Amino acid sequence: MSIAIRSHKTFEITWLENAIGFLASDRLTKTTGKLARNVLVPFTAILVFLLLWAAGAQQVQTSLGVLPGPAKVWEQTKALYDEHVAERDKAAAFYERMDKRVEKAIAAGKPAEKIERMKSRSYTGKETFIDQIFTSLWTVMTGFVIASLIAIPVGIVIGMSQTLYQAFNPIIQVFKPVSPLAWLPLVTMVVSAVYVSDDPWFSKSFLNSAITVTLCCLWPTIINTAVGVSGVSKDLINVSRVLKLSWFTKTLKIVLPSAIPMMFTGLRLSLGIGWMVLIAAEMLAQNPGLGKFVWDEFQNGSSNSLARIMVAVIAIGFIGFLLDRGMLALQRTVSWDKSAVLR
Amino acid sequence: MNSYLNIDHVGITFPTDNGPLNVLDNVNLKVEQGEFISLIGHSGCGKSTVLNIVAGLLQATEGGVLLENREVREPGPDRAVVFQNHSLLPWLSVYDNVRLAVDQVFKRTKSKAERDEWTRHNLELVHMSHALDRKPDEISGGMKQRVGIARALAMEPKVLLMDEPFGALDSLTRTHMQDSLMEIQAELNNTVIMITHDVDEAVLLSDRIIMMTNGPSASIGEILQVELERPRDRLSLAEDRDYNHYRAEVVRFLHERHVGKRPQTAAETATDAGAGQDETQGAQEKQGLRLAV
Ligand SMILES: Nc1ncnc2c1ncn2[C@@H]1O[C@H](COP(=O)(O)OP(=O)(O)OP(=O)(O)O)[C@@H](O)[C@H]1O
Ligand SMILES: [Mg+2]
Repeated sequence: MSIAIRSHKTFEITWLENAIGFLASDRLTKTTGKLARNVLVPFTAILVFLLLWAAGAQQVQTSLGVLPGPAKVWEQTKALYDEHVAERDKAAAFYERMDKRVEKAIAAGKPAEKIERMKSRSYTGKETFIDQIFTSLWTVMTGFVIASLIAIPVGIVIGMSQTLYQAFNPIIQVFKPVSPLAWLPLVTMVVSAVYVSDDPWFSKSFLNSAITVTLCCLWPTIINTAVGVSGVSKDLINVSRVLKLSWFTKTLKIVLPSAIPMMFTGLRLSLGIGWMVLIAAEMLAQNPGLGKFVWDEFQNGSSNSLARIMVAVIAIGFIGFLLDRGMLALQRTVSWDKSAVLR
Repeated sequence: MNSYLNIDHVGITFPTDNGPLNVLDNVNLKVEQGEFISLIGHSGCGKSTVLNIVAGLLQATEGGVLLENREVREPGPDRAVVFQNHSLLPWLSVYDNVRLAVDQVFKRTKSKAERDEWTRHNLELVHMSHALDRKPDEISGGMKQRVGIARALAMEPKVLLMDEPFGALDSLTRTHMQDSLMEIQAELNNTVIMITHDVDEAVLLSDRIIMMTNGPSASIGEILQVELERPRDRLSLAEDRDYNHYRAEVVRFLHERHVGKRPQTAAETATDAGAGQDETQGAQEKQGLRLAV
């Protein structure tokens, strides 16, 4: 976790590095040096950040009051969690009551269909912050997985054939820079036209968000996979020619393994983009998720709103970071190249 | 007349941005079974190109290559290649790299247990049994080259083609590798064509040294028959008169090519081309004999 130090090295901001190092007592003995680097340095940096934030926020006066500092945000974090717990309790109470009523109805010998109807009623409480987090995660993963399932095979095929590459390249190059939000109206219209079902598996809003994510996740994975596949070392291809490997063995033993690092670069880019896109799409389309939470709080305009939005912002950043780490961990287990750097 | 491997009037022209580039012209060589041949010549003259044509990785634009009287049209495991940069698959262990080749070549003729045994045997041959499970990244350059050789040997090729197999190694490791190669060659009696830049290596290992003229339109300049007793020992040879004579011949050839570059090459190519093709071969062999005396 010495990312901070590394990026300083890149730009040679020695004074800042020294300052942080000093604050973190970087000049301790060698044995504690490692601890200092891995724990104290980032910790100090965060502390400095929080102090600056606290000091700076007080200077900014908005129509909803002073910009909240770390303390206020922490307070709202707890409040949001408490609301979630309370909501859960309410839901539990609701189902308990329902069970009792159903029991009573059965005892009274009511007809079976009426009991079924009673049972099928579900609790319709407010979605809490934590619920929204899981909605967003589920949506982004769905969109991302669908995109990957399409993009990886397409990338492999395109990377292997020069002709196909030339055929697909213009299409990819044109669609890649399209802002995801431009897709959203189209996706919404198409989904509501095509996805007509009395008993839908997924809600339309979920599909809209997921498909928008898919459309944005496709391109980096396709491009990077294709580049990885077409970049297989010529020597290794010669090895496969001398061995007369079949197309399948060649793909499995030579092309795919050597394309894996690039493939994962694409997947990580895709997931990062997908996560950002999803939040924006949820805000714009009022689809359930963290984006909607932010938008609702913004519209709400209570004295706590800004702090709550900040909680959401931090949560979004943190989840994005965890998603990327997750992909990296996956890459490390799948890839032969164990030296893939954590960055 | 029918030799084991016949490189028959091979020429190759590459299309480049500046028009066609004739790299090889009229390369003519007959190789007997079990013979060890070295190709030596200045950088960029077309040695790798010759080797790749024999391997089938490149297609000659003129002439062709015959192996046991059958024309070579595509690459295949009967002409195994040891690449200069080893070309092991980095995601496979040492064992799996060799096993991939063994599985491919002996799919139908050997059982699973036999293939396992054969893989281990070939790695034993190059003294790599201690590192079967290591990945190429985890072994030294010399060890990688050994595995590359084991992989090629395991295919039981008719001809073993080696493109500067020891070029990237330090001299001590190279010495070891040359000795192992001589041992293996004595045991298996492979037919080998090896490219090298190292004069000592060429004289020590070869039965014949093929010295190539400078490109473009490179061809065979001289052929030197090395008639030193086998097994050869580098220490005793260091003092040997014949050995030093052969060595001097190769050095002289390379030096002349280097100093007199263009005009001399052109003149010689002209006389070579003027002579009948079979005569050229004969002349070259006579020259070789003369040098051998
Ligand atoms: N595919 C190709 N297209 C165009 N020119 C080529 C191609 N392959 C080789 N050449 C040219 O052919 C010449 C001979 O190349 P080759 O690699 O055979 O040389 P070499 O004798 O092996 O050199 P070195 O000792 O440096 O390995 C070079 O001038 C090279 O530029
Ligand atoms: Mg070469």
